[in-house]
Parts: sequence; C-alpha cells; structure tokens
Amino acid sequence: MLDAKIPAGSLDQKWTDYKGHCKLVNPANKRKLEVIVVGTGLAGASAAASLGELGYKVKVFCFQDSPRRAHSIAAQGGINAAKNYQNDGDSIFRLFYDTIKGGDYRAREANVHRLAEVSGNIIDQCVAQGVPFAREYGGLLSNRSFGGTQVQRTFYAAGQTGQQLLIGAYQALERQIALGNVKMYNRHEMLEVVIIDEKARGIIARDLVNGNLERHFGHAVLLCTGGYGNVFYLSTNAMGSNVTAAWKAHKKGAFFGNPSFTQIHPTCIPVSGDHQSKLTLMSESLRNDGRIWVPKKQGETRKANEIPEEERDYYLERRYPAFGNLVPRDVASRAAKERCDAGFGVGTSKQAVYLDFADAIKRYGKIEIGKEGRENVSEEEIIALGKEVVKEKYGNLFDMYEKITGENPYELPMRIYPAVHYTMGGLWVDYELMTTVKGLYALGEANFSDHGANRLGASALMQGLADGYFVIPYTIGNYLADEIYNKSISTDHEAFVTTEKEVSNRIEKLMSIKGNISVETFHKRLGKIMWDKCGMARNAQGLEQAITEIQQLKKEFWSDVKIPGAINEFNPELDKAGRVADFIELGELMCIDALQRNESCGGHFREEYQTNEGEALRDDSNYMYVSAWEHKQEHTWELHKETLNYEVIKPTQRNYK
Amino acid sequence: MQHYNMNLTLKVWRQKNKEDKGGFQNYQVKDISSEMSFLEMLDVLNEQLIRDGQDPIAFDHDCREGICGMCSLYINGKPHGDWKANTTCQLHMRAFKDGETIVIEPWRAGAFPVVKDLVVDRSAFDRIIQAGGFISVNTGNAVDGNSLPINKDAADAAFAAAMCIGCGACVAACKNASAMLFLSAKVSHLALLPQGDPERKSRVFNMVAQMDKEGFGACTNTGACEAACPKEISIANIARLNKEYLFASITAEK
Repeated sequence: MLDAKIPAGSLDQKWTDYKGHCKLVNPANKRKLEVIVVGTGLAGASAAASLGELGYKVKVFCFQDSPRRAHSIAAQGGINAAKNYQNDGDSIFRLFYDTIKGGDYRAREANVHRLAEVSGNIIDQCVAQGVPFAREYGGLLSNRSFGGTQVQRTFYAAGQTGQQLLIGAYQALERQIALGNVKMYNRHEMLEVVIIDEKARGIIARDLVNGNLERHFGHAVLLCTGGYGNVFYLSTNAMGSNVTAAWKAHKKGAFFGNPSFTQIHPTCIPVSGDHQSKLTLMSESLRNDGRIWVPKKQGETRKANEIPEEERDYYLERRYPAFGNLVPRDVASRAAKERCDAGFGVGTSKQAVYLDFADAIKRYGKIEIGKEGRENVSEEEIIALGKEVVKEKYGNLFDMYEKITGENPYELPMRIYPAVHYTMGGLWVDYELMTTVKGLYALGEANFSDHGANRLGASALMQGLADGYFVIPYTIGNYLADEIYNKSISTDHEAFVTTEKEVSNRIEKLMSIKGNISVETFHKRLGKIMWDKCGMARNAQGLEQAITEIQQLKKEFWSDVKIPGAINEFNPELDKAGRVADFIELGELMCIDALQRNESCGGHFREEYQTNEGEALRDDSNYMYVSAWEHKQEHTWELHKETLNYEVIKPTQRNYK
Repeated sequence: MQHYNMNLTLKVWRQKNKEDKGGFQNYQVKDISSEMSFLEMLDVLNEQLIRDGQDPIAFDHDCREGICGMCSLYINGKPHGDWKANTTCQLHMRAFKDGETIVIEPWRAGAFPVVKDLVVDRSAFDRIIQAGGFISVNTGNAVDGNSLPINKDAADAAFAAAMCIGCGACVAACKNASAMLFLSAKVSHLALLPQGDPERKSRVFNMVAQMDKEGFGACTNTGACEAACPKEISIANIARLNKEYLFASITAEK
C-alpha cells in the first residue's frame, strides 16, 4: 500500500506542524553524514547549497562541463509567488487553488499547499542572493501574468528568469564548494543507484571524459535530474536532458508516477524540416500581449498582414472569453491543434498559428503618446514608440525568433505551434520527497508531485527551488536522524562491486553490438512513435500500436545500433546510446499509463473522452488517483494507486470560459 | 525568406585528447539547408562520419537556444561565428553561401585546455566564481524581497551584467586570453546591488587573484571581448572592475 505520509491536521497547518515535529540532526552528526545530489538545476543546486550550509558532506554530479549549464537556465518567463504585492487579491490559498485547478485535480493537496506557502520565501531568498528581478521605478519588484490565473504573481528577469535564478543557486553552490562542504563532479553521469539493506547507499557514476566508472557512497541520494521530454526526440529540452538517472532508480524499485502526463507548450517555433534537432520555446509571457489567431478561411494563401481584421479568428478569445489568450497551456495547445487539423493552419507546413503583437504595439504606443500629452500624432510614430515598449519587455525573445526563422516579429506575426516542454510525471515521492526506495529522494521536475496533469506557467521554477531550498533541508533530517548510527560504508562493499559490474556489462554490451544504425536514428524513430500516438491527443488503438512498435524498436536497437569509438575515452555517442536505450523503455511505460487512464485530464487527452465542446472529460469516480508503476521485468509493470483525497477543494469541470 | 541548399568544405580541428598535438582535417558536406542551425549542420556531418565508420567530431552543446553557454567554436576566425550578439547554436546556415569553406577551431587559451577536438575545459571559470562570485547568504536568512527598494537603473545595470552565460568567447577573442570581461560582469552584477555591498572589497581582490592564478592574461583594452560577447556584456564593466579594485586597494586596512 502506498503511503504518502501526509501529516494529519488542517491543510494550512500540516507543514508548520511537520516542521515543528520532524527529527533533527545535530551539527556534529551532520558532519558525518554524506549526501549525494545528482543534477545541478534549480532543484539540485539549491538542495546541494542548502545542505552544505547545514553542514552535511555533499557530493554533486552533473553531466555538463559546469553546474551552471543545467537546463533550468533556459526557463524564460518567470516564477510564481503568492506575495500579493499587486494588491489584486492573491493569497497562499489562491496560488494553491489555481495550481490544483490548473493541474486538473490530479495533484496532491498537501504538497501543493506547502508549495504555495514557501513560494514567498523563495523570492526573498533569491533577492538576498542578488538575483536581479525586474523592478518598477519606485525600486520595488515587478510582476506580470501567466496562464491559468487572474492575478499578477509572476516575478521575472526579462525573458531570462531561469538563468538568473539558476545563477543565484549556482553561486550559492560554488560558495559551498569553496568552503569545502560540497565536492563537485562535472562531466559525470550517474548510471546506477547502489542499494544496501533496502536503502539507497550510493551511486555508480561514469566520468565522461575518460569513461572510467566510479563508486560513490552516500547516506542518502537525491535525484534532481529534470524531466524526460526528450523521449519525444523533438522538445524544448536541452540536448543532454535525459531520464537515465530516474530510470535506473525506477528499475531498482522506485515507482514511476503518472508517466504519461506530458506538457505540450502552446507557443514554440514550428518545425522547419527533418534536420531539426530541438525546438525553441517562445515564453508564455508573450501571451500577455500577443493575440493568437488563424484565418477564418481554410487553406488561406494570403500573407498575415493582407488578411483584414474581420477575416481573422482569434479562437482563444472566442472560446474562452474570461481567460482569453491566457488559458492554461494544455487548453491553448489543443485549441491550436484543433484549428490546424481542421485546415486553418498557416505557414508552409500549415502546422502553425499566428501570435500577433500589432495590437499591443499600437496600444503601448498610444500610452506613450498619452504620457507626453500629445495629440495628432501619426500612426507611424505611435507604432515606433510601441515597438520600443515591446522591445523592452520581450526583446531577447523577439531576437531569438528572428535568428531562428529569419523573420522580423515586430513586422510580421510570429508563427507558433505546440511542442513538448515539460513532464508532470516522474518518480513517485511521498510528502517528504522520498521515493519508494528508502533514502532515495527525487526533487524538482524529476518527481511527479505538484502539478497534477498540467503545470501552470512559472510554476516549475517555483517547485524546483521550493524542493531544494525549503523542503528537503527539513525532510531529509527526519530520515538522516536515524542514520547517525550507521557509519559510512566502504565502496569495496559487495553491493558496490556488483552494481558497478552491472553497469560495465551494459556498456560493453552496447559497444559490442556494432550494428548499422546510428543512435540518433533510433531516437528519431522513437520520437515519432511517441508524438504521433502518445502526444497531444491519444486513443486506445494508437497506444496499443505504439506499445508494439516500441517493443520492436527496442529489439532492433539492441541488435543493430552502431556506436563509434571506445569505452575509455570522451565518447558522446556512447553516452547518448545509454540514454536512448532508457528512453525506449520509458516510452513503453508512458503508453501503458496513457492506455490505462480511460479519461482525459490536463495534458492527457484521450480522444474517446471529451465533452461536446471538445474539452477534456475527467472521470473522477474511477481515476482520481496517481498511477504509480512498479517495474517487474521487461515489458511488465504493476500499477499501484495513490487515491487523491480532496479535503478542501471540490473538483469541478475546469472552466476558463 | 528564401531557403536554399548548399555544399560546403569544412576545415575542422581534430585532437584526440589533451596530450595530442592535433591538426586540421577537411570534410565535405552536401545539401545543407539554409534553415539548419550550425550545430545541426555538424550533426549531419557526424551522422555521415558514423556511417562511414569514422570518429565523429566532439563539440560541446546543450540547450541550443543560446543561454546555457555550453557551445563554443571558433568559426572562420571568430568566436561563435560572424553574427553579432549570437552563440554558435543560434548561428544559422543562411549565414553561409554554397561552395564556401568554413574553418572550425576550439577556443584557444592556456587556461582552457582542449579535452577532445572542439571541446575545452572551462572549469577555471567555476573556480573564479568560487573565489568570491556570490553573496554570502544562507538559505532562510532573507528579509522580505520588497523591504529594500533598489533603484531601477541600478537593477537594470546589474541584470545587464548578470546576463553573462560563461561561455568563454571573451577569453577566446582576446589576444592575451584575458578573462576580464567575464570577471568584471560578475563583480559589476554584485557591486551594483546593495546586497552585494558587504563583501565588495574582498570579492574583487579574491576573484582577481584567482583569475591570475588560472593563467589568464592581462587586459589591454582592445575591446575584442565585447565585440565577441553573445550577450553584449559591455566593456564598461571592466572599467567598473578596475574602479572597484582601486577603491578596495586604497581603503584596505592593512
């Protein structure tokens, strides 16, 4: 039976009570306890720095050449916090409520409430670290809006909020490294977790420069390894983002929660051809000012600026007047797909819609003129002034768009289309962020916990930092307090030896295949299966086919993959091969999960289950649970269910109209 | 925008490892689309090399959206290629013409040893940050974010400096392989904010000392760093660094 270990008491007192009663470790004992952190994004860097400050002995691993490269750095738009600085009715409860509702009632109340409670502390902490958030002229912090909310609670640093927050956490981490509390391992990849007496006791890592395997002991292991969107091949994730660490943990006993819950982000630059290696996001913040539309005529051939106003369909504003262009991501993505599938798409591929700033430019231009109290100003001048304002707000995003597409978005509307962006699913964790393996934790995007079936914009940064700065420093003590009696275990221990052997056998097997097909080709084929059959819309027949196709792909991979080079050298193709092998196995589980969930909720849209208006149709009486999968053997998993009990919120059909 | 295909000759630096002497090797690529990114063009070449049983070219890259700072490459004699304010991953092939020869080299600096081919070791940058590129505040000690208003101009200037992605193009562009632009961006970012004030003097001393220890060269104000910086970090930050250093020296109590 899955026990989420949710503390008793009223929802708004749970975390306070927990902190008041959890076990503590005294400073002298902290020095003797070793903690391994894998991954240096917002969750990993913040956890490692905070645990180092507390006095634990911390080892940190990342596959990049520096911890500052982790993909949190690419987050653009912002970070939510229930500060109510704008006096617009925000509160901890509102942020909690919006997150649960945005997640289509598939997240755990207690975790989400805690997230909302600590959200304000995150902003304070980051400001103290010197994160240069956007400010108003009075010197106070500025906010903007994101999807799925009606208040302004998003803090930001132009379109580089993730970068600034990560650099803040990275600097805190580097400080701990300088103080000797944390040891950093760059260009290292975790390839296995070592389990002794049913507890996580270390990892096997591979030095990616020389290919050597290393054994590292830890009293606890924290996986902060991000999401698995690259299972789709094309996504907004970094090229190196992968599921390997989480997947190894899964195969060693950690249950995988809601693997099919994937977020497809509505505003990305469309695919331009087969050569495409990744997709680039255009921040959700653009929907504050950009209006999304398609032509009213199917198969329209005129250019965007030749289509008169009355022949444009602003379909989000039409369908969802209350939230308009700022509906949640899953809703906006499906609406774009619906229009394109119906033949209203634009651009050469017809798989795109317009995101248009012409109105915003005029509106801002007029405001500027109004400030100066001028009259009889020409249209050109208004537009020129408006462009300046838009440039200040979104300049870096507009530049990025132009570099990629060669088109100027100040003159022409952007062409955008949904793309895989985030995975709500991940390792199942309890209230303390511990997986089903004792002493093995998962933080940030790597866990399943806070976003239900759909994540709201600007909430990923919030969750990563909440887990690392404000949750794990408390909950890990509750476990490690009982570990003070256990001395560090030598890495000569049999479990380390056999686990390392497992890893080296697998690498040797991969290298010995010497087939004909490159790793990249397999990855692309997997991505196509996943996108076509387990993407924005799914149905039972397609998912069944996908499972068969993936099983076949796995056979082919293990008999025909071609990996150049050798084991004991810098060999990125070998690194990638291991990751793709894990993605293939994960893909199968994602399809199995999507197939068992006979309802639509959030980003999981089963075509068989929709309302007459094409909205997601939940089935709360049968599916109000987290699916937590236990790995049994190849192609076989057992489903465990964590029932979601809503004590405070009454689930209803999500309504953004 | 008109799209076109092109055939190119690539002259690429190959070096097996740190000890190897290394040298250029020529490759031909065909039917490269002008819509590809530069790294996607290298992906095509690598797929071709793997098919032919040769060793693919190693290069660093990750986010491919110009923000992680992992990609590098000296392209036709310029860090990150010819486009202004750009990283290699965002350079697109429409910057090149059919039949062109492109020379691709790693960053060259004593403090950035080559790991393999086009991959270099930039951990010296991490060590410079370790020397003082932070504000010493433990988690949980912060006051309310709005308790200390910060002048918007100062906040904006701090942000402009904090945009540095740590890619190392400034070092690669500099004839002295100086890390002054990188270092000054961090010193400026923190010195411009009231939170950075208490450690202002020790920070600048310690970071400069670490930079020297890593073997980066001196700054002779040629401005090559600013011109190559993908985030347009201003050379004015170096002036601010010098001012900070001077101020700290004069007022040091020793």
